[in-house]
Amino acid sequence: MQIKTMAEYAASGETPEILFWVGCAGSFDQRAQKITKAFATILDKVGVRFAILGKEESCTGDPARRAGNEFIFQMMAQNNIAVLNGYEVKKIVTACPHCFNTLRNEYPEMGGHYEVIHHTTYLQQLIDEGKIRMKEGGTFKGRKITYHDSCYLGRANDIYEAPRKVLEALDAELVEMKRCRSNGLCCGAGGAQMFKEEEKGATRINFERGREAVETGAGVIASNCPFCMTMLTDGVKEQGKEDSVQVLDIAELVAQQIS
Amino acid sequence: MLIIQELLFVIAFGIAVYLFYRKARQIRQNILLGRDVQLNDEPAARWRNVLLLAFGQKKMFRNPLVAVLHFFVYAGFIIINVEILEIILDGILGKHRLFSPLLGGLYPVLIGCFEILAALVLVGCAIFLIRRNIVKVKRLYQHELDGWPRSDANYILITEIVLMLLFLTMNTADQALQQHGHEHYMATGAFWVTGPFVSLFSGLSDGTLIAIERTCWWLHILGILAFLNYLPYSKHLHIILAFPNAYYADLRPKGKMENMPAVQKEVQLMLQPELAADTPAGDIPKFGAKDVPDLTWKNLLDAYSCTECGRCTAACPANITGKKLSPRKIMMDTRDRAEAIGAQIAKTGSFTEDGKTLLRDYITEEELRACTSCNACVQECPVSINPLHIILQLRRHLVMEESSAPQEWNMMFSNIENNMAPWKMSPDDRDKWAVEMNG
Repeated sequence: MQIKTMAEYAASGETPEILFWVGCAGSFDQRAQKITKAFATILDKVGVRFAILGKEESCTGDPARRAGNEFIFQMMAQNNIAVLNGYEVKKIVTACPHCFNTLRNEYPEMGGHYEVIHHTTYLQQLIDEGKIRMKEGGTFKGRKITYHDSCYLGRANDIYEAPRKVLEALDAELVEMKRCRSNGLCCGAGGAQMFKEEEKGATRINFERGREAVETGAGVIASNCPFCMTMLTDGVKEQGKEDSVQVLDIAELVAQQIS
Repeated sequence: MLIIQELLFVIAFGIAVYLFYRKARQIRQNILLGRDVQLNDEPAARWRNVLLLAFGQKKMFRNPLVAVLHFFVYAGFIIINVEILEIILDGILGKHRLFSPLLGGLYPVLIGCFEILAALVLVGCAIFLIRRNIVKVKRLYQHELDGWPRSDANYILITEIVLMLLFLTMNTADQALQQHGHEHYMATGAFWVTGPFVSLFSGLSDGTLIAIERTCWWLHILGILAFLNYLPYSKHLHIILAFPNAYYADLRPKGKMENMPAVQKEVQLMLQPELAADTPAGDIPKFGAKDVPDLTWKNLLDAYSCTECGRCTAACPANITGKKLSPRKIMMDTRDRAEAIGAQIAKTGSFTEDGKTLLRDYITEEELRACTSCNACVQECPVSINPLHIILQLRRHLVMEESSAPQEWNMMFSNIENNMAPWKMSPDDRDKWAVEMNG
């Protein structure tokens, strides 16, 4: 496989169909790198001409902004917009709902206007268009999968159905947690919580969510966010279920099933 | 006799309306303490929200059973207002059941409907009292409601029950008088709910019945006028403010944070110093919010619209897991602080520092830090309140004005600034995964 950067596309005078915005977690976090690789593999298999920004990508500024540091956010955002506009980027796909939210909702009023799509929506589109076809009698057929709505895809942007449609295409049995869709319980990472200890309380948020997910009896917890991934993985561990319950990103599930 | 009653009524009514107007004007001033924001775009979408969220109570139906009970109380309240209009006109004009000759056979049907609603309001309020005080539903019994808020809720429910009982007793006595053929009490036919109870009163003399009927009439209308003036001091104000609050609700995706143009400009000048020549140096703005006047007027309208139902807090992941944060408390604190500042202005004519601020004296850093910005509180609120917006503005003040952040956050900030990622990773390794895949 040959993953090309925007710079390489520009140098050869070509334009990719989409920019794959990888995000910091997808780039650096070891677990999230697997999601990045799975998604890149799918794009490659389907034959989507995609580019990454590579070393030119920076944090969108989301955690700094939510912690209250607007200066750092503005620095990141303005640099990113300059880079994106420099390459005349039109369409961005990202596997991180935080990057998705910032690029889609917060960059436009700063001069960054792009079509921004979360990877679960993009996967659903590829399935609908018949570009992704699943293997017959795949690994997940009839298996119980529960889906965790991330706050930044769900409530923040009202996207609840696309990821579920992708899971249906796996022929899996989708079991919902009691708190799902707009009622979904946060994993505990948002609002820059990922980067600090929780305040004092009775339990951790990810333990609470991990318990709820494990209680569904599902063998797979499907997530759509690298931070939820970290939180839920720890939550499942706390339940002592790490051997029987896997936390997998929707892109990883599709990558395992694609024919 | 009749003329004295008319006069007394007009005086009581005038006083009640004047007092309410005065307090309402003060609340308006308190709300306008907040900084200005433009929330008038897309009127069609805004009216839609008023219809669906305020009139239709759409979000209440996330819990259908409670929603139906609440809808009875609400519909009862709104529709019985038609009856109150008649009562007010009767009071002013010294008439009795003014609408009866006008509506003819329809009149007992109308009153029958009101009576059914009154009975439903009664049942609804009784169940709500049980949920609060006997079943002790968690969100209705949390510690931020200790003291006045809990009493306030009970006073409202008890008052509504008493008002409905007065209304029904009045109708019962009225029908007994009709049966006695009293000339002032013209025949209207039996009412649906109270009709069967008339026999209880039939043995009483005309004098006693008139006393009962008049006492109930007076207590009912005076009770309503008193209740009107209680509203501005109570969480019950939501019955009015839920409507404008739905209209002014944010229409953008909930994930979008408010931009800070002053910071945007400053960073722009830092990144592109060549622009500085054309830009006049402005005043140094305040970053974020420390006190009520730093918040927007919509934040303050939110605070006055809050009915302390606690659906936000019941959905808050931080609160569920035992953290101090409660979005409901954020709203209650904001209203309390706005009231305190408003009271000072009413007394002295202007607001001077009183040594207190919303941040710290009302809302602690620990509460603010616990928020995951998950928007569950915003999603749940039946009257379109956004506690998250207040939390994020207070956080902005903490970080940008006071450099107050947990050590881990400061590391995260410097990592982003230096490594373009929240972790201490080399920017050169950002595409390492791709290099590995390219082989």
